[in-house]
Amino acid sequence: MIEFSQVTVTYPDAPRPVFSGVDLLVEEGELCLVTGRTGVGKSTFLGLINGLVPHFTGGHLAGRVRVGGLSTSEHPPREFAAVVGVVGQDPLAGFVTDTVEEELAYGMEQLAVPPAVMRKRVEETLDLMGIAELRKRPLRTLSGGQQQRVAIGSVLTAHPRVLVLDEPTSALDPVAAEDVLAAITRLVHDLGITVVVAEHRMERVAQYADRVLYLPGDGSVRSGPPAEILATSDIAPPIVELGRLAGWSPPPLSVRDARRVAGPLRERLALLSGVRASFESAGTTLEARGVVVRYGEVLAVRGVDLRVGQGEIVVLMGRNGSGKSSFLWALQGSGPMSVGAVDVGGTDPRSLKPRHARRHVGLVPQTPGDLLYLDSVDAECAQADAESGAAAGTARALLDRLVPGIGGELHPGDLSEGQRLALVLAVQLAAAPPVLLLDEPTRGLDYHAKRHFAEVLRELASQGKAIVLATHDVEFVATVAHRVVVMAEGEVVADGPTKDVVVASPAFAPQVAKVLAPQEWLTVDEVADALASEGPA
Amino acid sequence: MPVSAPRALHPGAWWVWALSLAVAATRTTNPLLLGLIIAVAGFVVASRRSDAPWALAFRLYMYVGAVIVASRVLFRILFGGVDGGHVLFTLPRIALFGSITLLGPASAENLLGGFYDGLQLATMVICVGAANALANPKRLLKAVPGALYEVGTAITVALSVAPQLVESVQRVRRARRLRAGRARGLRAIKGIVVPVLEDAMNRSLHLAAAMDARGYGRREYLSPRLRLLIAFCVLGGLVGISVGIYGVLDGTSNWPGVPMLAAGVVVAGAGFVLGGRRIQRSVYRPDPWRWPETLVVASGVGACALLFGTARVDAANLYPSLNPLRWPEVSPWHAVSLLTGVLPAWLAPRPPEVAR
Repeated sequence: MIEFSQVTVTYPDAPRPVFSGVDLLVEEGELCLVTGRTGVGKSTFLGLINGLVPHFTGGHLAGRVRVGGLSTSEHPPREFAAVVGVVGQDPLAGFVTDTVEEELAYGMEQLAVPPAVMRKRVEETLDLMGIAELRKRPLRTLSGGQQQRVAIGSVLTAHPRVLVLDEPTSALDPVAAEDVLAAITRLVHDLGITVVVAEHRMERVAQYADRVLYLPGDGSVRSGPPAEILATSDIAPPIVELGRLAGWSPPPLSVRDARRVAGPLRERLALLSGVRASFESAGTTLEARGVVVRYGEVLAVRGVDLRVGQGEIVVLMGRNGSGKSSFLWALQGSGPMSVGAVDVGGTDPRSLKPRHARRHVGLVPQTPGDLLYLDSVDAECAQADAESGAAAGTARALLDRLVPGIGGELHPGDLSEGQRLALVLAVQLAAAPPVLLLDEPTRGLDYHAKRHFAEVLRELASQGKAIVLATHDVEFVATVAHRVVVMAEGEVVADGPTKDVVVASPAFAPQVAKVLAPQEWLTVDEVADALASEGPA
Repeated sequence: MPVSAPRALHPGAWWVWALSLAVAATRTTNPLLLGLIIAVAGFVVASRRSDAPWALAFRLYMYVGAVIVASRVLFRILFGGVDGGHVLFTLPRIALFGSITLLGPASAENLLGGFYDGLQLATMVICVGAANALANPKRLLKAVPGALYEVGTAITVALSVAPQLVESVQRVRRARRLRAGRARGLRAIKGIVVPVLEDAMNRSLHLAAAMDARGYGRREYLSPRLRLLIAFCVLGGLVGISVGIYGVLDGTSNWPGVPMLAAGVVVAGAGFVLGGRRIQRSVYRPDPWRWPETLVVASGVGACALLFGTARVDAANLYPSLNPLRWPEVSPWHAVSLLTGVLPAWLAPRPPEVAR
């Protein structure tokens, strides 16, 4: 179905090609997972399939990409519309019309599908994607998971034979991600559509994949069955890491497969105890009481209390739109807050001017790039020092400790997601706030970057900072959080030590916990430490 | 009175109606008649607009109209110091080079002249605003001929990204406070403009790529010569139409208005047909053209035609005299003519409610 022969892609000004001499074949009806570290060219790879690379992005393509018999070098992307459906990272950014029904019809209109056929296909697609009740809704009012399903539906109506998805679940909460993935697997199994999906959260997709395309970053692409590729690749979901640790071969990809082979491991672990000590805080750094945030008629946060101790890492979880972001902004003092009190070391950041407030509470927003506006990393660091009244070089020193070796002359827009996050973090930490708030910091980070970021957070906590982060990433939560607070409809529905909250929850439990239940293990590292302490049997 | 289920009227009908009113406004400077046109447009908007985002733009056009009137009057005060007439107040005269002076005496005739001119322009702007508020601009774009593919892409992208731009300004301004940056004033502009423009740029590229990937503007191969011919026809025709319209509207000039307009329509039409034939599209649930559409168009065009037709009766009332200064008077014929334009408030079907 998709055939690459001797594909080499070179961008102008790049020292070496993104891909060189790639040959591969994806069969019809396969669900194909594209993996690799950030910045190895996953988006370029996806763009090659319908010719957006190089027709739209520039760069030079040597070799041949053929999809369903059409070659991208001879046909522009719009002629692939009937063959390849593409859904980008942010579905909202790709919507052309205003309502669900019009969006579903848009692609067909361009393909001159007769009106009677369009009516039929729109109805079929509404049912297929489970969005029939949304048909008249404006696209902007939909939740993230609904938007993603509408976006997939809107390319499906053209009856493509290949579906290309870039990070379809990375912005979604676990339950919405399940909905989207269920819809995708139905397409593969019932309709035989070939699906190519790039996803950082491999733990969500790996079990459904028929093939993994692994991009090591040296210009090649390794293609093979998931178990084979993941057994050796340098990025792998936790369940595969656990499999490697326990010596299971081939490594399991789903919780079910893992549980079936995990019996002996569970027996071994039953005799050991976890090393994770419960967190005892030295003192309270941040205390919020009865926080209410109201937007017009809507109550986003309804009377939330939160106490965060010195050196404690607290994670806020919950559906998209459950009030996590609004709560963080209210804590910082920059966002609206209707009722409530926040106390950081005896002062309310709300009563302070912004330049003083940020010395009490630092916030890294969901799109960290919003904070950056100068044309080099050095200029941003110098500006941060000036804003914080810190000694010259403070921000740069922080940045080097977070992620060493970022060139000072680089433009912030050219940094990778992880580097940009580090830069914003350094900018905010330059003011030395005792409280640090982070909104969805792990978006776009690969497993290595996440592991490094977790170490950074633990180090900051050990220096006594109180850290609150909002995230959907259950695996990340398992590695860093001391305490988890679950919010729903603007209220706190659970608050307790990570293990107590997470292990029993079907949505929020990490893979390791699901495999080793009823024992309470959260991460591969915990298990590894315990096995190491077991000593020679 | 036709009673029908709520539905959106064909956007083309609203545009013809609104543009007819705007054309009518070009034929008079009588503030009472202009006010009547604004009232007619405003009443129809109030009774037949939906609660979609673009429908809320009407107020913005009213503000723009007010700014136009105010600036016209201010300019008359600033540059128009002419002696004579009923002087209302006198400002110190500032002599620039030559015979050009600023300020000076401000006469009632002069200021009223500015007010009438400004109000005429403002009325036309408000009529366009009414069309924008009543018709979904994106649905109108569906009717754009295939020959204007590039323009269509640009307008669609602009229409989609513009509202998001407002959101991203709010988001970045909020983020600026986190860095203790100023959220207001000149010095804040760089900190806000740079991330916002970056964002807008990325979104536009995304959207254009998405439209391309979904087959927007698919066409067969055209030879360069044919493409040149199409471009010439479309541009030349549009220029012809513009010149022709100018000739028709400006009753005093010697432009050969009608023949120019006709020639322009023919040439541009040929270009659209040539270019559009190569693009195959279909329309999902097209807006139907039924009786209400025809009636709305008839009421708009009728109001305009009646005003033009009755212009010879009481012609003086269309352009109230400034010298000598007189109260503007309204001839009942003109008022009745314009009032036919308000009929869509009842003739058009109720707009569908937007689900939330």
